Amino acid sequence: MVTFILRRVGVMVLTAICLTFIVFFLTNLYPNLEKLAKTQGNFRMTDAEVESYLGRNGYLDPMLVKYGRWIGVWPGWVIEEEGATRGRCIEPGQPPEEAPRFCGILQGDWGFSTVFRKDVGVITGEKLALTGWLMLWVMVLMVPSALMLGVLAGMREGSRTDRTLSTFAITTTATPEYVSGVLFIAVFASSAVGLQWFKGTATGAVDKPTFENFFLPVLTIALYGMGYIARMTRASMAEVMTAQYIRTARLKGVSFPNIVLKHALRNALIAPFTVIMLQFPWLLNGVVIVETLFNYKGFGWTLVQAASNNDIELLLAVSVVSVVVVLVTQLISDIGYVYLNPRISVS
Amino acid sequence: MDPLSWTDIFLRIAAQLAPVWIALIATFALSITFKRRLGLYGKLFDSPIGMVGFGLVMFWTYTGIFAGAFDLILTHDVLDQSASMKNKGPGTPFTQMMGTPDPNAYPYYLLGGDNLGRDVFSRMVVGAWEVIKIAPFASLFAFMVGITLGLPAGYHGGRLDTVLSFLANLILAFPVILLFYLLVTPEIIQTGIPVYMAAVLFVFPIIFLVLLWNSRFHTQPATRNLYVGITLLVGTWLYLGIAWNADPLGIVSFPPNLLVVFVAVVFVNAPTVFRIVRGLTMDIKTRDYVAAAQTRGEGTWYIMLWEILPNVRGPLIVDFCLRIGYTTILLGTLGFFGLGLSPESPDWGSTINEGRKLLSMYLHPALPPAIALLSLVLGLNLLADGLREESLRD
Repeated sequence: MVTFILRRVGVMVLTAICLTFIVFFLTNLYPNLEKLAKTQGNFRMTDAEVESYLGRNGYLDPMLVKYGRWIGVWPGWVIEEEGATRGRCIEPGQPPEEAPRFCGILQGDWGFSTVFRKDVGVITGEKLALTGWLMLWVMVLMVPSALMLGVLAGMREGSRTDRTLSTFAITTTATPEYVSGVLFIAVFASSAVGLQWFKGTATGAVDKPTFENFFLPVLTIALYGMGYIARMTRASMAEVMTAQYIRTARLKGVSFPNIVLKHALRNALIAPFTVIMLQFPWLLNGVVIVETLFNYKGFGWTLVQAASNNDIELLLAVSVVSVVVVLVTQLISDIGYVYLNPRISVS
Repeated sequence: MDPLSWTDIFLRIAAQLAPVWIALIATFALSITFKRRLGLYGKLFDSPIGMVGFGLVMFWTYTGIFAGAFDLILTHDVLDQSASMKNKGPGTPFTQMMGTPDPNAYPYYLLGGDNLGRDVFSRMVVGAWEVIKIAPFASLFAFMVGITLGLPAGYHGGRLDTVLSFLANLILAFPVILLFYLLVTPEIIQTGIPVYMAAVLFVFPIIFLVLLWNSRFHTQPATRNLYVGITLLVGTWLYLGIAWNADPLGIVSFPPNLLVVFVAVVFVNAPTVFRIVRGLTMDIKTRDYVAAAQTRGEGTWYIMLWEILPNVRGPLIVDFCLRIGYTTILLGTLGFFGLGLSPESPDWGSTINEGRKLLSMYLHPALPPAIALLSLVLGLNLLADGLREESLRD
């Protein structure tokens, strides 16, 4: 088991390095840097001015050197101009001699966001907390209702309940967040329909989440993932219900609710567990869409801001976080599956 | 003129869609009559869910084709703006701020006007065409790539499998939206990366077909040469035109912003197909008929393409339907974030994004494209469900 986990962690680190390098490479292509220079300076910069701006800020060094600096294994750039010394690792007002030679993520320095004018580490932390709160409520709403839907549909396969619930599950998987979100806002929040039970934006939920401004975003994300988990649970439940030991229990005269709750449920929940863990990457997608739609200034919203302004260091931090989330959940789902299912052994 | 009532609006929309109804009825009548001779497709008409799904899918397919390719259904040009029609509700008579309207123009905006005074109904209908012309082909390309790489990975295993699986997992670990934001921007198009990606991805269909013909007919050189020759000739011609925009005859070309959307969607879908094909191949390769082919001394590509692939077609067809639906969702996502497609484009994602900004006041610009997208994807999912049920039955 230990070697298995170690190997997986090794692959994970390798994947993370490859992915961040791809992001780094794409964001550091010259046209992107030109855009960055123009947004930082002004939009009417000449090509020569762009070049000199980029040169002065260390953007024109070789790709691997820049990547090494970002990681923190290559010394940061230092430039002397007009008598003053500036450098990647030199804080404003700090004497150059006291500044560290390396400053990258290994040293805990995530860089500086060019859009928000703040430290990337601080922004990422704040935004993650906001999105974590959103995700928590999504899970609280999604998992129990999906499992319930799936178990109810799967316990009598082919019945009318099954048909109705399955159709509902298919419909939710066919409704991407930007469609369901728009429908919910139209029905529950617009003055045109007039119900106005909820708020159409979640901007206020950043400071003070209430049921009124927070429920629609949570519901929108939860609904898209719910259908998939419910269908998995249904399939697994339906399979378990045809097993020999369920028939034995029936013949012994155990009541139907008891069969479902005591005999079938535990075994039926192994497969959905993996699916729920693997839903995290999808939820991440949903979070980006929903935060944009409801203007909830969390992690997904930050991703959009960083990407559309080519804020390189913030975008890298965002992708590191999301890649780590994806890979860790994959790892947990693999390990959890082994623990839950005695028929599978790793070695 | 007075605005139309809702009944009138529905009747007029139904009348406007007349070619679609005719085509749908013809399709269903023919298919149901000959359903016993049509294999899996015919069996679809035994399952009510499958029929509903198929109906929805064909409805949007016909709508897209008639509206986009033949200019039949739409009532106004999708880009024509009329200042006096801004945000007007469904059924408002068509007027123009300046000058008199063309007497031949359709007298109403059936589903109202959007924030620039364009006809919502026409834009929704043409939006179907935007999906129909990308989604099925992008899914097909993703399948070609996934199959060409997934079969050997599953069949041979070993180092090849390790490397390919690592790459597939690498792409899958990327949040899709981040990938889109990195790939589908005007700056990246400037660097030419999408063209190189297209150059790599679009080779796979040619490789796939050449391998397919070669493994089957290598004992009959005449037939083999004919098939491989035609494939190479047509394939290279299309390849040069689509990927490099360098068609020697100047007929085939592909707009660069559409190419990047296409490439991004294929790139996101291919790893999933790869994983499915790999898994299925690993399962099937232990069967007796594969062992029999190995004993006969058949080549590995023959075994993979003509023994294994036909036997995994069931799950692959089902996944193909689901994948078109997923691709539709991805295209909508791209439009929603304003990536790739031009801002005036009538595709559903962009129209939803434009409409949502005024959603608290006006519902009619955002709801029709949202419902259209929902019903098409739902149709594809129901179709996949029906196909799965019917293919499992025997």
